[in-house]
Amino acid sequence: MKRIEAVNDFVIKFSNVNGSGSASANELFAKAILRMGVPVSPRNIFPSNIQGLPTWYEVRVSERGWLGRRGGVDMMVAMNPQTWTQDVRELETGGYLFYDSTRPMPPTAFRDDVNVIPMPVTAICNATYEDPRQRTLFKNIMVLGALSVLMDVDPAVIERLLGEQYKGKERLLESNIRALQSGRSFAKDHLRPPAVPAMGLKVRATDRVGQRIFVDGNTAAALGCVYGGASVCAWYPITPSSSVAEMFEKFCRQYRVDPQTGENRFAIVQAEDEIASIGMITGAGWNGARAFTATSGPGVSLMTEFIGLAYFAEIPLTIINVQRGGPSTGMPTRTQQADLLSTAYASHGDTKHVMLLPQDPAECFEMSAAALDLADRLQTPIFVMTDLDIGMNQRLCEPFAWSDDRSYDRGKVMTAAELEAGKDFGRYKDVDGDGIPWRTLPGTHPSKGAYFTRGTTRDPYARYSEAGPDYIYNVQRLLRKFATAADLVPQPVLHPAQKKSRLGVLYFGSTAPSMDEALDSLANEGIHLDAMRLRAYPFPASVREFIDSHDHVFVVEQNRDAQMRTLLINELEIDPSALISVLHYDGTPITARFVEQAITKHVHALAVAPRRERA
Amino acid sequence: MTYIAKPTLHHPTLTRNQVGYTRRDYEGKVSTLCAGCGHDSISAAIVQACWELDIEPHRVAKLSGIGCSSKTPDYFLGASHGFNTVHGRMPSVLTGAYLANRELLYLGVSGDGDSASIGLGQFAHAMRRGVRMVYIVENNGVYGLTKGQFSATADRGSKSKKGAVNNDSPVDLIALALQLGATYVGRGFSGDKEQLVPLIKGAITHGGAAFLDVISPCVTFNNHPGSTRSYDYVREHNEAVSRIDFMDPAPSVTASPAPGELLHLPQPDGSVMRLRKLHADYDPTDRVRAAAQVQALQAQGEVVTGLLYVEPQAHDLHHAMNTMAGALNRLGESELCPGTAVLERINQGLR
Repeated sequence: MKRIEAVNDFVIKFSNVNGSGSASANELFAKAILRMGVPVSPRNIFPSNIQGLPTWYEVRVSERGWLGRRGGVDMMVAMNPQTWTQDVRELETGGYLFYDSTRPMPPTAFRDDVNVIPMPVTAICNATYEDPRQRTLFKNIMVLGALSVLMDVDPAVIERLLGEQYKGKERLLESNIRALQSGRSFAKDHLRPPAVPAMGLKVRATDRVGQRIFVDGNTAAALGCVYGGASVCAWYPITPSSSVAEMFEKFCRQYRVDPQTGENRFAIVQAEDEIASIGMITGAGWNGARAFTATSGPGVSLMTEFIGLAYFAEIPLTIINVQRGGPSTGMPTRTQQADLLSTAYASHGDTKHVMLLPQDPAECFEMSAAALDLADRLQTPIFVMTDLDIGMNQRLCEPFAWSDDRSYDRGKVMTAAELEAGKDFGRYKDVDGDGIPWRTLPGTHPSKGAYFTRGTTRDPYARYSEAGPDYIYNVQRLLRKFATAADLVPQPVLHPAQKKSRLGVLYFGSTAPSMDEALDSLANEGIHLDAMRLRAYPFPASVREFIDSHDHVFVVEQNRDAQMRTLLINELEIDPSALISVLHYDGTPITARFVEQAITKHVHALAVAPRRERA
Repeated sequence: MTYIAKPTLHHPTLTRNQVGYTRRDYEGKVSTLCAGCGHDSISAAIVQACWELDIEPHRVAKLSGIGCSSKTPDYFLGASHGFNTVHGRMPSVLTGAYLANRELLYLGVSGDGDSASIGLGQFAHAMRRGVRMVYIVENNGVYGLTKGQFSATADRGSKSKKGAVNNDSPVDLIALALQLGATYVGRGFSGDKEQLVPLIKGAITHGGAAFLDVISPCVTFNNHPGSTRSYDYVREHNEAVSRIDFMDPAPSVTASPAPGELLHLPQPDGSVMRLRKLHADYDPTDRVRAAAQVQALQAQGEVVTGLLYVEPQAHDLHHAMNTMAGALNRLGESELCPGTAVLERINQGLR
């Protein structure tokens, strides 16, 4: 029978029941490979549930450094009978099925083109442990021990990781190591040919990880808010964004407590709902503190009235939208990029909003901090559009970078001294030609600079006015401000094809790692594409130039309605026929194979593909 | 909408308070509300209270929701920043502003539609959190700006101007504030400035969530026979249980309640409030009893006014959160950013 053979390049998927303690053992597996210098990219695919439903942990091991999902599974660690059929079906031909053989499975439950590695895990655990809790928990560590033998994962590395995890809890450490070792001895004694097929998937130590860090996007965004100087956070729990606020609090307790007084240099409120959370950061932003909230699509829906007010009243706000499956209340534990349009045009009246599009945790850090600067500079809501795939999965990425010389851009805030000196203050007056007016903070000056903040009914000096010309002056200025924003936001990143190409591809956010791999594979097949990774909306001029300089441009995104394509057509007045959609929206992260196949199909249909010259 | 500009010249003989301001300095734009509107009397009472307490106008932030009452912050304290926010959402905006800078005085103005209908949730949660603020509901039992619909505080059985009878039970904001933990709860009447100004002054000096329900008749839509929010009805049924006699700036008087009908209540700013009990058995420092007594009097058809409950040494949200003493909005890079050395350690821990 065929056996897939690969070193440092495969996909392994753990099928578990949630709440069974599998998550930490699975993470150990991924981290051990990482510590051996081999890039890995794990993804949790989990239910909206605490205990008892199916959950998967898919690990991409790639020495070449592909961090997206590839598609297909080379080895399944099938520990959940509920999903057996589906799990077995997913395996590649020649793949490996590792399962708990305590209860015999009927021969019909297997495929004749996959290699089966049975291990009576439950039986071994029941024989080793009395305590039912231990029987469950150590099952996962035992499997990890067996896998380490099968795949040549260095046990010393796993033990070191366990040592870090259970530092100061020696008894726990010891029992974990015992479980690991007993899994290893079983594998050494029983999981070898000819008893089972030889394992063809191997891990070999190398040095491809470098200085990169392994972290999830929500943690990174939270840290970005700490470094970016957010002092007020108001939030309402919603998957998949809750850990942004929770990690912000954790970091603040570590780094933002005054060492002398023990008092906090931050204020965090868990609000009664998303309307209140955005109301609070609106008040804080109006009052000059850097403030943010983290939420997901349904939360943004609730916030829309305030988003409109903040747009017109010109209040600096940062909103981290960790997108999940939609529409309606959505698939809370699934990923999508499906809030683009509802966020870009959130609220009533003529409104549009700045969106930043991070590709990974490193950019979540960078862009969350940047958003706080941009919010103050532009005096408007700034959205950091991450998603569940980035937010809740640990990802290998560049280390967080900062400079101690960096100062916050607090934007145009008129001081008491400037007011005293007689500087003209028109709250909604464009004095600098960039559409951005000056503002004053409450409490600044005894007699100058106070104004009454409201929606649209005001003149450039914030005096009440329902006069048409005043309204038009104001909304036209807001458009100028939006044009200014296009120059200030993170600019797109261009990846030119190795060969000149009339085809281009636009993508953004969590699609990036799969796209990197897909572009490489497509180039190997002779399909060369210039690629541009969008990093923000409004679109800088370079996006238009990119589209104009290609016959066709693919727009790859993770939603049903081609929302980015719509936004491009709408904002740049692009001929729709120039933009071809590649859409992935089943709630799982997009795969490299999906992109390759979709683009290949289109290219053949277009028959404009510059074929690879074969030797 | 007004096109009438107020003269900015003040008569030189106007009395100045200790911070050098005349009463005129606390005024705002000319009101655009209907002549005789109760809300204008409340604005005047706010002006009076701030002037008497020597509050610098620019150290006040005034916030409101949407509605007739929510327009009024433009008509007082013209030298203060104001924010006319979203319908029913003033409490959250005020909370956030207060988080950013605890050093200003926060004055929230709302109406019965704004706080008891669309904003009931935010009203409740601001009270629960103990946001240090003066929260005034200008309560007329009717939607004025949309022309005469019943609001959620309209009494069951009361009649609209067109004769319709309200069948729904009223939301009693006083009862809710008491239950939800507000630490200063009072009811006033826009037609009784003598009572209202001290109530506002007490709220301003209070150290926690201060709520005032001020009955404020709507002369256009709810001032007719059959209404329970008309000037006539409120005057007839006004039952004051306490009266703030004096805000004594001297911190010499001790905290213990004096015997008889006069309570001495120390305020966080060091002053002492002298509160005269008008009902012998009414105890405004006992939350549970106060709630029961207000309910009992209301059941008899009285409009219970006065300072109904006070917790003199109240704590607020910042106290509970252990926030630093100064204003968060003044912090700079050195206080907010942990720096590159820490970041390198964090990076190291993620490898």
